[in-house]
Amino acid sequence: MREFGYERPTQPTDALAILGRTSGARYLGGGTNLVDLMKLGVETPSVLVDVTALPYDVIEEAPGGGLRVGSCVRNSDLAANLAVRRRYPVLAHAVLAGASGQLRNMATVGGNLLQRTRCSYFQDVTKPCNKRVPGSGCPAREGEHHNLAMFGASQHCIATHPSDMAVALAALDAVVHVSEPAGPREVPLADFYRLPGDEPQRETTLDPGALITAVELPALPLAANSRYRKARERASYAFAIGSVAAALDVADGVVRDVRLALGAVAPVPWRAHLAEQALRGGPATEHAFREAADAELAGAQPLRDNRYKVPLVRNLIVRTLSDLVDAS
Amino acid sequence: MTTLSRTVGAPVNRVEGKAKVTGEARYAAEFPLTRLAYGWVVQATIARGRVLSVEEEAGMRMPGVLAVITHGNAPRLQVVDDGELLVLQDEQVHYRGQTVALVVASTLEQARAAADALRVSYAAEPHDVLLSADHPRLYAPDHVNPNYPTDTLTGDVEAGMARAEVTVDETYSTPAEHNNPMEPHSSTAQWDGDRLTVYDSNQGATRVHQQLAQVFGLDRSTVRVLSEHVGGGFGSKGSARPQTVLAAMAARMLDRPVRVTLSRQQQFSMVGYRTPTIQRVRLGADRSGRLAALDHEVFEQTSTLYEFAEQTALFSRVMYATPNLRTRHRLVALDVPTPRWMRAPGEAPGSFALESAMDELAEACAVDPIELRVRNDAAVEPEGGRPFSSRNLVACLSEGASRFGWADRDPRPATRRDGRWLIGTGVAASTYPARSAPSTASVSAEANGAFVVRVTAADIGTGARTALTQVAADELGVPLERVDVRIGDSDYGPAMIAGGSMGMASWSWAVVKACRQLRADIDEHGGVPDGGLVARADTADDIAAQANLARHGFGAQFAEVRVDVDTGEIRVPRLLGVFAVGRIINAKTARSQLIGGMTWGLSMALFEESVMDAEFGDYLNHDLAGYHVAANADVQGIDVSWLDEHDDQLNPLGVKGIGEIGIVGTAAAIANAVYHATGHRQRHLPIRPDRVLSP
Repeated sequence: MREFGYERPTQPTDALAILGRTSGARYLGGGTNLVDLMKLGVETPSVLVDVTALPYDVIEEAPGGGLRVGSCVRNSDLAANLAVRRRYPVLAHAVLAGASGQLRNMATVGGNLLQRTRCSYFQDVTKPCNKRVPGSGCPAREGEHHNLAMFGASQHCIATHPSDMAVALAALDAVVHVSEPAGPREVPLADFYRLPGDEPQRETTLDPGALITAVELPALPLAANSRYRKARERASYAFAIGSVAAALDVADGVVRDVRLALGAVAPVPWRAHLAEQALRGGPATEHAFREAADAELAGAQPLRDNRYKVPLVRNLIVRTLSDLVDAS
Repeated sequence: MTTLSRTVGAPVNRVEGKAKVTGEARYAAEFPLTRLAYGWVVQATIARGRVLSVEEEAGMRMPGVLAVITHGNAPRLQVVDDGELLVLQDEQVHYRGQTVALVVASTLEQARAAADALRVSYAAEPHDVLLSADHPRLYAPDHVNPNYPTDTLTGDVEAGMARAEVTVDETYSTPAEHNNPMEPHSSTAQWDGDRLTVYDSNQGATRVHQQLAQVFGLDRSTVRVLSEHVGGGFGSKGSARPQTVLAAMAARMLDRPVRVTLSRQQQFSMVGYRTPTIQRVRLGADRSGRLAALDHEVFEQTSTLYEFAEQTALFSRVMYATPNLRTRHRLVALDVPTPRWMRAPGEAPGSFALESAMDELAEACAVDPIELRVRNDAAVEPEGGRPFSSRNLVACLSEGASRFGWADRDPRPATRRDGRWLIGTGVAASTYPARSAPSTASVSAEANGAFVVRVTAADIGTGARTALTQVAADELGVPLERVDVRIGDSDYGPAMIAGGSMGMASWSWAVVKACRQLRADIDEHGGVPDGGLVARADTADDIAAQANLARHGFGAQFAEVRVDVDTGEIRVPRLLGVFAVGRIINAKTARSQLIGGMTWGLSMALFEESVMDAEFGDYLNHDLAGYHVAANADVQGIDVSWLDEHDDQLNPLGVKGIGEIGIVGTAAAIANAVYHATGHRQRHLPIRPDRVLSP
């Protein structure tokens, strides 16, 4: 690890200013990913600007009936929040499905959104990786990719986004509030991440130096009947191999509305729009859920060693929606 | 003289427990030394080839750097068998991750920063890192670990197979697995003239001290290795590893103490791992399941630096009676780090194959899997025909069946369901050799009434120090509090390592012998004289005089699994192990040992897998996020018990050793339960969700 500076401003303007004038400065939330990457030499910031003293650590009611979650709220506090648990249970489930208790106590909402892929090639500076060193190549396509993407990848990068929380946020149509040098901006989660294309090093649509201030959960009554289901290779402390965030509104056996997002299958939290379209207005049956899943999965492009994700995700969708029918 | 047993067998708390939980106990990397410098290993980034150059001068200009040691400036070492210890002796690269330089600096951070920045250029050559059963360079080693025959043959296996009414012929595989002790490998070396002292994390100071003397060409009396507290080893600290030699080398060059501690990532290439195995098992039997032939053929890997041949088929030489028995090991030397011991080397992977195959045979014969094992129980050791000193496999199976509730089991696969879970149960047998090795010990009677035992034992978390305290207290007829057992110091004289489940058997023998001698001396003196008394013991002659018997512990493992039909995820609500392992010295630490072994067996069954990167030649999931060991949430109910077994053909206390047997058979019991739950046989570990979903 290289030597680095450390600042802990209490005013957002100071944080933005330090980033603006310091080459190589990076924001630090809980440090549960960035510090690991510094130890590995993947990240070499000149200065860490610790944002946890900024006034972004509260969860409050938002105009319009939603919730506004400060970017420095710890993951544990988010998952424990009563309003979140009652109105957006999928989000609490997703956060609790991630990492370990110790990590959730440290990790922040903003940092969780910006965590980096766990692709082994990205994390090893002695190997090529287009995301880490643009143009150096992607060994994962021929190499180890059993937990990499089958949607949205490019020939340059097949990494997956590791967050559980962000999958729930994608299903909930969350909006990310950011401060940028040009002023504040609201970015729908759907527009927050970008697919790798030929620039896998660019993972979000944020300007350099942008500071996430909050995540807003819009009013979404059907989210009261929502859940997150994560499959993983051990019972705890493992990234997903496939996950589903779903919210369902069923009346008289008909799907009135649905939200569905998938994790561990794409470089971004993957909103399953095709499945949602297939479901809306249709029967709330296992058969229909399977057909909807297949409509989404028809676009999957699995690789040699991640084909299992197709049946896995199909099963997760069918089971999660069926459970939501039972719960409604 | 009375040897009334007062504490042996009791669940005594660890004598060093308070020191450990308060941080008072010092591990290898925690000894403060004046002018201590820190070394950081620079590892090869090619799997085969040569180092062309190292930019040493640029490295020396980095802050705090005291030395950049490479093959160009390293002192010459004496040639030893273990090529992994001959660090920085030439420009050849034998595997990715091999040491190509050591950067030494005033602080750990400076050493690491400079090591990260050090530029090394290579001439890479094509590498060969993948094991296969048809590899053109497979060969038969001279022997397998530690000194067993490579191949054995009794009878005529082909004739037996041809005559058999029922046959099983399947190939099983286990992946590379890494030991991952919590305490990293660390060595701190200090020279005083030609005298070398090393604070080292190891499983046996005697062996490390011998190896250091050899590699530096020193008289053994001038080398001292200290390892008072050790945070796990599981085989990976059974002998010296490169960091020990590097620390001593750097300390000599700089004339100041140097510490080299490996990172978690570095341990995935520098300290050993379990070889991947490919195992073909052929069983032939009559319709009642009685074996007519057993053929176990193993393919595994070693490195080009040192030959390590895992004794994987040894398990099949011990378990079941058959007139026709063949075992074979074939090895290929790849451009990979050297595989080494990892908990129950041989038996752990070997039992997965044979005990899975026995389950397949039970089904093919429509015989209950426990009954099948009872029908094939061996009266004498199947390979070689030696009598057993004791063999209580059948008793373990029947006790386990009773405790587990096996009698009600419906053998049909894929017929039990609870919601989205398929439920199954499985059984497998365990064994592990019960050996003793020559050791020395001394015990002194102090004038103040205390007794001090000195033995170069290692307590790697097993509770050995506590158990030896119990042994000595009973032999001396005094309370535990009057006995001070000191271990982990090569100056105490040669002793066996904590390995091969031989530690307690070997050390307790020497301690018992020394204590008995001391009591005789005290009696002779009519008490402890003012200057105290010391008795020493060496068990070499006693062990050489032992009868030629087959000595093994046995056990039976039971598992209940639940398999999620949607995701292929597996939960293990119940594991039960019943063991016949001679006398138990400490019921508490023994229980922990067996639970630990079974937990690791669960982890082996479902999670652990080091993934070889064919393009780059390293194990790429080289950290504890990528290499999955069982988390607490994976471990539900584990029940352990042991039979009251008395075997007077072992050692004075009748100890068989329990460090390894807990992991033997667990993975097969779980795999057999997964078959019972799903109807799909899992012949390749680990049983990942993708393998369950796409059988």
